[in-house]
Amino acid sequence: MYNIKVGEGSCGISAGAAKIYSLLEKSNTDNIFGLSVTGCIGMCFLEPIVDIYNNDELCARLVQVKESDVEYILQFIATGDESAIKNLKISDDDSEFLSKQTRIALRNCGIIDPEDINDYISHGGYSALSKVIESLTPEQVIDEIKISGLAGRGGAGFPTWFKWNAARQSDGEEKYLICNADEGDPGAFMDRAVIESDPHALIEGMLIGAYAIGAKEAVVYVRAEYPLAIARLEKAIEQAKEKGYVGNNILGSDFSCSFRIKAGAGAFVCGEETALIESLEGQRGMPRLKPPFPAQSGYWGKPSNINNVETFANVTWIISNGGEAFAALGTEDSKGTKVFALTGKIRRGGLVEIPMGKTLNDVIFDIGDGMRTERAFKGVQLGGPSGGCIPANLADTQVDYKKLSATGAIMGSGGMVVMDESTCMVGMAKFFLDFTTKESCGKCVPCRIGTRRLLEILDRICKGEGKEGDIELLEELCIQIKDGSLCGLGQTAPNPVLTTLKYFRDEYEAHIKEKRCPAGECIDLISYNVLPEKCIGCLMCQKKCPVGAISGKVKEVQTIDHDKCIKCGRCKDVCRFGAVEIR
Amino acid sequence: MNSKVKASDLSLIDSVINEYKDVDGSLITILQKTQGIYGFLPADVLSYIAIKTGIPPAKIFGVATFYTQFRFEAVGKYFIMLCQGTACHVNGSEIIEKTIFEELGIRDGETTKDGLFTLKTVACLGCCSLSPVMMINEETYGSLTSQKIRDIIKELKEKAEEVNADV
Ligand SMILES: Cc1cc2nc3c(=O)[nH]c(=O)nc-3n(C[C@H](O)[C@H](O)[C@H](O)COP(=O)(O)O)c2cc1C
Ligand code: FES
Repeated sequence: MYNIKVGEGSCGISAGAAKIYSLLEKSNTDNIFGLSVTGCIGMCFLEPIVDIYNNDELCARLVQVKESDVEYILQFIATGDESAIKNLKISDDDSEFLSKQTRIALRNCGIIDPEDINDYISHGGYSALSKVIESLTPEQVIDEIKISGLAGRGGAGFPTWFKWNAARQSDGEEKYLICNADEGDPGAFMDRAVIESDPHALIEGMLIGAYAIGAKEAVVYVRAEYPLAIARLEKAIEQAKEKGYVGNNILGSDFSCSFRIKAGAGAFVCGEETALIESLEGQRGMPRLKPPFPAQSGYWGKPSNINNVETFANVTWIISNGGEAFAALGTEDSKGTKVFALTGKIRRGGLVEIPMGKTLNDVIFDIGDGMRTERAFKGVQLGGPSGGCIPANLADTQVDYKKLSATGAIMGSGGMVVMDESTCMVGMAKFFLDFTTKESCGKCVPCRIGTRRLLEILDRICKGEGKEGDIELLEELCIQIKDGSLCGLGQTAPNPVLTTLKYFRDEYEAHIKEKRCPAGECIDLISYNVLPEKCIGCLMCQKKCPVGAISGKVKEVQTIDHDKCIKCGRCKDVCRFGAVEIR
Repeated sequence: MNSKVKASDLSLIDSVINEYKDVDGSLITILQKTQGIYGFLPADVLSYIAIKTGIPPAKIFGVATFYTQFRFEAVGKYFIMLCQGTACHVNGSEIIEKTIFEELGIRDGETTKDGLFTLKTVACLGCCSLSPVMMINEETYGSLTSQKIRDIIKELKEKAEEVNADV
């Protein structure tokens, strides 16, 4: 029998997957084929995706499926004739996007039904938990994690075993295990994909963590913007309770652990672990001074351990396959794999999981297939507002905590935004500073006021009002904010400015000295112009210009009056001959 | 906060308050449920929560204003969530925001006078491969251009007028 799986992660649904599912469901009243939902396979550029399995074997992966394609799918199911779906099948080229990856954290994503615990169990789920409860002491679990070399995937890359051990060693009966699913980096969606596609992998990883540190209560703090992730996680917890994996005397042992979800309410700083704890306690999410670390005094003042979603998803795999197997992947300093959300000007955007030690070029060109525009690759932003821009000539840097930090950027939680020649780097720095000023909680002065001053200077430069000495001023301020801020938000907020200054200083200088934006993005520094050799005088632009700035006779070259022009770009949008140019 | 707004029906949140008032650290949850019921956080309801739970009003307002999820005014019929995440930024979301302002005269957090549209910018809707992206109510619109935005707005306006004409 054929089994059809429709990829319904958030991105698949917004591309139209839910409609396709319901059309398939309607035409399957006689249960001719099996139909189920699966999570996100990670090939966002090809959504909606429909996989057809012949019993358990994938026989066709259909991509960019439209509602009108459903009839072809039904035709194939009825006849087994592949020609019906020939045009929908993924190309060999695009299949490489997946075949070149190594999937550990994402191992089940896009394969299992996230709303069915039995599907997870039939793929080996909860066997790691059984192994831990039946045959390992908490110390042995921590040792196994130590052997694996797993470091936190939430950004800082701190060794997981060390945190677990510290929480285990802390005095007190009551301890908490917390999962950080706040995923604040705008442009990153790895954690959301894991929860939406494989929620039990997270639950199982957390249970193992709770066992190791001796926690009886586990809390998942999820970003409020992720309603589907919350719904699937709630369902998964319920199912795990019914099966006896969550609750009292798990699997008949004396280990008990309850689970709870707390939805965040929209504040980037709550991704910082102590701010997250404040928020869990119902307060404004303002970070606490460390030490004491959460391992000593965290949630309600009790020893607490906080890990990222991807960290926990790896834990389950490590216990099943052994720490050695994980440590065999990667480099001297960085073990295992890392998931990236590859976006921006990339042709194949989506979720990419690769062993540490691959280069950025491998990800961008080999897996991502390079730019989707004709323009050249300029740089890549890692780690979001806390990270930095790495220029094209350093894109042979390996994915490795130390090597990426050496460039001034960070590994980060996995946001990887690719930029081409049309992205202004000063504008990029301004974009991130705009974000951090809005998200600064206001508790400490260097962050609250310092980031605002940085933003003002950057804004001035983008407007063509930059002054001699601005670059030095930026640098000085950056250092002060880094040194003086209370939490990671302020300490890392200058990174986008520092890295763009380091690698794209000429762009800053062009803005300041020549009042020119080389990328053609800063609105105050550009002008729209008609290219005489391309303009055929169709008058389309003249008709669309909202302020009457364009003049010229029919079939003659048009001119734009720069005094009237408001740079709305409509002329460029409507010109079918590419005759309007930004200078 | 507008004092002209008519009094809210306070009984709607009694069950929420009863469920959470003795659970430590539930203030954010209470506020989320309140917004779920009223669509926003009316001032009189916040005062009522303060009285019922014993949490000082200053603290309730402090928490409510800290988080971007909470709003203090009703939103328009069409709630536009425009992504300003990194991927959308790189792919031109600022031009989209500008176009919305040109068409509707509203900026982040504002509602049109006719109560039809509210604009809210957000960071990453998680559909980065479709960037620039916006969501209007439950519907996602991807690969936006200025022209596409104008068409969408026009269509929604017409739809609203039709409904009005029918009434
Ligand atoms: C401003 C700021 C935002 C952060 N946001 C996140 C986040 O969204 N998700 C996350 O897992 N960690 C985030 N972190 C890191 C956490 O503080 C913490 O280090 C992490 O959750 C620990 O988990 P790990 O050891 O598994 O990485 C953030 C840190 C800072 C300073
Ligand atoms: S950055 Fe806009 S959807 Fe992710």
